[in-house]
Amino acid sequence: MTITDPHDLLARLLRRIAPEVDLAEIDPDVPLQDAADLDSMDFLNLVNALHDETGIDVPERDYPAISSISGFTEYVVAAAGSHTPP
Amino acid sequence: MPSLGADMDVGTVIEWRVAPGDHVHRGDIVAVVDTEKSDIEIEIFQDGVVAELLVPIGTEVAVGTPLARIEAAADATNGPPRPVEVHAPVASVLPPPPAAPRAPVAPGRVRVSPLARRRAGERGVDLGSLVGSGPGGAVVTADVERGTPGRAENAAALRPPEVLVAPTRGASTDRRAAMRHAIGQLMARSKREIPHYYLATTFDLGAASSWLADANSRRPVAERVLPAALLLKAVALAARDVQAMNGHWVDGFQPAPAVHLGVAVSLRGGGLVAPAIHDADRLTVDELMAALRDVVERARSGRLRSSEMTDAGLTVTNLGEQGADEVYGVIYPPQVALVGFGRIVERPWASGGMLGVRPTVRATLAADHRVSDGHEGSRFLAAIDRLLQNPEAL
Repeated sequence: MTITDPHDLLARLLRRIAPEVDLAEIDPDVPLQDAADLDSMDFLNLVNALHDETGIDVPERDYPAISSISGFTEYVVAAAGSHTPP
Repeated sequence: MPSLGADMDVGTVIEWRVAPGDHVHRGDIVAVVDTEKSDIEIEIFQDGVVAELLVPIGTEVAVGTPLARIEAAADATNGPPRPVEVHAPVASVLPPPPAAPRAPVAPGRVRVSPLARRRAGERGVDLGSLVGSGPGGAVVTADVERGTPGRAENAAALRPPEVLVAPTRGASTDRRAAMRHAIGQLMARSKREIPHYYLATTFDLGAASSWLADANSRRPVAERVLPAALLLKAVALAARDVQAMNGHWVDGFQPAPAVHLGVAVSLRGGGLVAPAIHDADRLTVDELMAALRDVVERARSGRLRSSEMTDAGLTVTNLGEQGADEVYGVIYPPQVALVGFGRIVERPWASGGMLGVRPTVRATLAADHRVSDGHEGSRFLAAIDRLLQNPEAL
């Protein structure tokens, strides 16, 4: 599986959780929890939505790695490359 | 019109979900009511048959006004059905605070109930073209139903569907001002009437955090549990033992017969509601997590139920991982206690003559001196702490 536009994927997932957030206005290296005001339930919902959409299951210990826009896009691209759909 | 919180004086029926002749059962949702804070689904509290709807859609009525007449369902044992006039129980029977001026409606801005906004999106009705029949000229669902659906390129067609299911975003500035006003009124009343005392302590969450990390590492994301669920469960269990923390003050203390735990949910864009999770002490941690997810989602999408607005005997406010270290809460009248948790942080921790680093949380209690004192409050916090040291038993 390949994900062509991880940035767009994140924007789409985030729209359901924090519809007012414009990714273009966020520093890509700042944790989304701060930049987009996500609480732990929001973040869990984001991880859940990512799983539903792509099959990528991010373990809890990797949450810090995907918390910024740049971290998320790198992680998702790498995970999609190694991910084999069931 | 049920009182959906100590701060509510009036409400507007914006939707009927039943019609005369319908059979209803206790707990069924029969109507949706617009309050200053949000739209609330009204549950019926008895079985029967709807005889008559007494309040038309869009009409603002005072708390205590009968909304509908329900006749007891005919059964074999009794004769003809006996009509019973029903209005929802006035759950918070403290005298209402002196009438405060309602938040003024900004001129030129159309006030729209979230449901009407959603319905308008679905039908492609331009809200600007409608004349509101609700209070203060607010556009309610009925107005949208009467409105003319727009052309294909209108509203709904252009808007991505996600926006339509995110009514908290769509909530008007007026709604937000009204909510801020309602919160201010309620909290002012709390500070005026409730002699608060405050306690604070620090819980070692080493055991709870390791247990949770281990459990979550073996679970798919949909089944993962947040630390908040463990904290809530511990509070719910402790509330069983320390009764002076769970109940309502209505001309004296009335201990709650069950543990319905209020959970303060902050809304995106500001504001706060504290719906109850029913029988939280009897739910497993997984069930409690599911209930928490459900109630947070519905709180944020404006779909809470009437019983959730009135049943809590004790509330927990949990600042979460982005929050401050500790929170000294204001008790929600007519409740008598509020437990606050700051964010979970690693702190130096001395234990058994050794210094280590542990995940910890600052826990606070605001409680009502008319009902308890610091001794009982301390016992309550200690019981929560003890429970958290055995997470597998929660």
